[in-house]
Amino acid sequence: MKKIRVRFSKKGKIRFVSHRDVARIWERSLRKAQIKIAYSEGFSPRPKISFGLALPTGNESEAEYLDLELAEDIQENFDDLKEIQERINLALPLGLEVQKIAGKELRADSLQQVVVQSTWQFDLSGYTLEQAKKWSEGVLESSEIVVKRERKGKVVVEDLRNQVISIEVIEETEAGVRVQADLGTQPRTLRPSELLAASNPPIKARNVCRMNQWMLQGDERIEPLSINDAPAPSAQIADVTRRELNHVRTNGQASESRLNRQRVIRSTTKT
Amino acid sequence: MSSIWPQLEGILDDVQKPARYIGCEDGAITPKYHRDKVSWLLTYPDTYEVGLPNQGLQILYEIINERSDAVAERAYAPWTDMASVLRQNRLPFFSVDTHRPAQEFDVLGFNLSAELVYTNLLECLDLADVPIHTERRRPEDPLVIVGGHCTYNPEPIADFIDAAVLGDGEEVVSDITETIRRWKNSGRTSRESILRELATIPGVYVPYAYTPEYEKEELISITPRFPETPEVVEKRTVSDLTDWPYPKNQLVPVTEVVHDRLNVEVFRGCTRGCRFCQAGMITRPVRERPAKQVRTMISEGVRRTGYDEVSLTSLSTADFSGIEEVVKGTLDDSGCGQLSVSLPSLRVDAFTVGIAAELQRARRTGLTFAPEAGSWRMRQVINKLVGEDDLYSAVESAYSQGWRRMKLYFLTGLPTETDEDTKAIIDMARKCVEVGRSHQKSPSVTVSVGGFVPKPFTPFQWFGQNTEEELHRKIRLLRDEAKSSRGVQFKWHDSRASVAEGIVSRGDRRIGAVIEEVWRKGGVFQEWSEHFNLQLWVDAMEKHGLSLDSYVYRHRTEQETLPWDHLSAGLHKDFLWQEWRDALDAVGLEDCRWTPCYDCGACTGYGIEHVVASAQPPAGGSQGTGQQNLTSGSVPVSFSGMKL
Repeated sequence: MKKIRVRFSKKGKIRFVSHRDVARIWERSLRKAQIKIAYSEGFSPRPKISFGLALPTGNESEAEYLDLELAEDIQENFDDLKEIQERINLALPLGLEVQKIAGKELRADSLQQVVVQSTWQFDLSGYTLEQAKKWSEGVLESSEIVVKRERKGKVVVEDLRNQVISIEVIEETEAGVRVQADLGTQPRTLRPSELLAASNPPIKARNVCRMNQWMLQGDERIEPLSINDAPAPSAQIADVTRRELNHVRTNGQASESRLNRQRVIRSTTKT
Repeated sequence: MSSIWPQLEGILDDVQKPARYIGCEDGAITPKYHRDKVSWLLTYPDTYEVGLPNQGLQILYEIINERSDAVAERAYAPWTDMASVLRQNRLPFFSVDTHRPAQEFDVLGFNLSAELVYTNLLECLDLADVPIHTERRRPEDPLVIVGGHCTYNPEPIADFIDAAVLGDGEEVVSDITETIRRWKNSGRTSRESILRELATIPGVYVPYAYTPEYEKEELISITPRFPETPEVVEKRTVSDLTDWPYPKNQLVPVTEVVHDRLNVEVFRGCTRGCRFCQAGMITRPVRERPAKQVRTMISEGVRRTGYDEVSLTSLSTADFSGIEEVVKGTLDDSGCGQLSVSLPSLRVDAFTVGIAAELQRARRTGLTFAPEAGSWRMRQVINKLVGEDDLYSAVESAYSQGWRRMKLYFLTGLPTETDEDTKAIIDMARKCVEVGRSHQKSPSVTVSVGGFVPKPFTPFQWFGQNTEEELHRKIRLLRDEAKSSRGVQFKWHDSRASVAEGIVSRGDRRIGAVIEEVWRKGGVFQEWSEHFNLQLWVDAMEKHGLSLDSYVYRHRTEQETLPWDHLSAGLHKDFLWQEWRDALDAVGLEDCRWTPCYDCGACTGYGIEHVVASAQPPAGGSQGTGQQNLTSGSVPVSFSGMKL
């Protein structure tokens, strides 16, 4: 087995690093971890790493993906993969953490093609539960959601209503009200910040976190790589405390707080 | 002490490139604070991308944090969008390590590598809520201490700084820390007492302790105010780099920065003696790191950081006498896959190209040479003794080994420069293209030209800079010549920026008001073309009754007092004057490393000498200087790593 799929999280201060910079971090961290990656042929060889959907700068994520091709075959057994995971995690900067690695079938389609939707959580700042419910009903009842964006100097206006699959109000938080939304990614991603900016009046997205990415298998949606062995039931969502990661370490040593960090699994109660 | 991260988090969505403000580098240190410790905020007053790789700042960051009585964090100038968001939200200038307000540090240390960042220094102080004028600061305010090449003439910023450090910082930073710790522990009462005490540390200049005197408009002297203050402040020099293998943990940023690779300093100083080059004059003598240590720093650095590129940093890197040993060793035992090595400063000769070819097996993009002037006569004036043979054999060698693009750097507006000399720049580029035609289908040469700005402590410190109109005329001349030359691309630096740089680089204390005025009118990030505004500088000069002619365009006389005469880079003033006269006569001077001493003062004055990694001069001879080998007789050198 040469190709592997990696699922990782991006949390804390490092969420302000762009997708492109994360790609550079990965290349460097893999070298640092001494994981030998296959390189492309040609005048300027590039490591064979392909990244999934871009995560907007400033958003956190529980479910980022990349596929990479190793230079040498490894055994698809728990120990090899576990060792790779540990080595990479020691090399990655605080805030990026591999959650799971698995072998990938050689001919499997690319992440960017197969992922059809993402589950997001974000806060509507300053909102009450009631206002939040009204907002979500408004979005779901609307016939169009007009998103403007600039692309190569031109303003593109699109109706992305079809990309809103579901919205649920979860709970009150310090910042306002937390909402969970499933948003489509094909042919192009609707970002939570775009959805909120398109609201009237526009809302500023706070504490945005991608919780899952989904692909289709028959009629069922599954994750490209589930943290649990079975696909995650929708009622139970892995979450990490959103408190700022403790940034305590000296000279590149991972801190104890990182190693001992507790992952809090909680079930979200539907309201 | 408090972190403002919770407040920053809310505003980082509103600024460009938020990763500039988060820190999180591999190698970053979270210091342990204690009220008795001296806390430094080391600031590079330009963007994070430009400032982070600065080696000087990283070296001090480690040295201070290794001390048990001190801590250091880092900061970089917030871009204009961030500065306004900070002001709107009443948030202060902060460190990137733990996001502490700058106000809470004992010392704000600024690295000044270029004059045009001076307005950013004021911006950072103002955002930090620290009074920009030293006379307005209270004992509880931080001390503002600056270092870097610009501090060889700190007079233009004398009103804003508490102290300037001349020369290498490795040792003096500890002297300063100890002095401040004593002051802090004794109750930190009077500002004057600490300033007077700092002024007695060798290498530390405290503008407050000196009084300038003027007669009519002319500066006639700058003298100490206090009996214990030295008349002349001498620079500090670390005698052997072997003792300072820093940075040990080079910072690896999480966002893209300039020079984003492992940097290993192979030597400090340069003895080529180019007369326009301030760095070459003020960093003497040459101190090479032993090749073995360089190799260790590379292999450990690559392993620790994951970088696949290493740059050997120094002035004129191919002059490093251990270069072959390092190059060979690095490529042999890298074991890290495709490691590429770059030399930021190439010497113009075939040997150097050979080394470069060896190094860049993986990625061969472009080569850059700096002949600096087009005609041999002009190169003798500036003492950049690159012969035509050297150049064309280098070019031949490069094209034949597969390079297709070449970049040549030149200066214009040099002393005694005629239009013939100027045009010779394009001639040279044309000939390079011709040489390339026999090896490549469409060879290309990019000519990059900058307007010359005379700098303190160089033989050209007396030279009246070309006016903006004259520089602009020369650039037009070059542009026209380049148009008719196939394969020659022409690029130039804005001649207006050279004027502003000229005002500040040889200015005296009266220029402080100009810097302040430009800053008050919003003139920050003057190094950046999108923010640079010459009119702000011209208007400010006029408002304060100062003339461009007097500060920038006028030749200085032998008798007059220069604003940096009370400071010393070790160089004798009569040596520099003689060099200036020789320049005007187009007489070159050989590299002193391989000949008997000219007594410039840099070694003899401080009882130190050149330290080399190998007894053999670098292969390829000492190009262009007419020195093919060691001259007989003893050469004043010692070997690095050996205490004699």
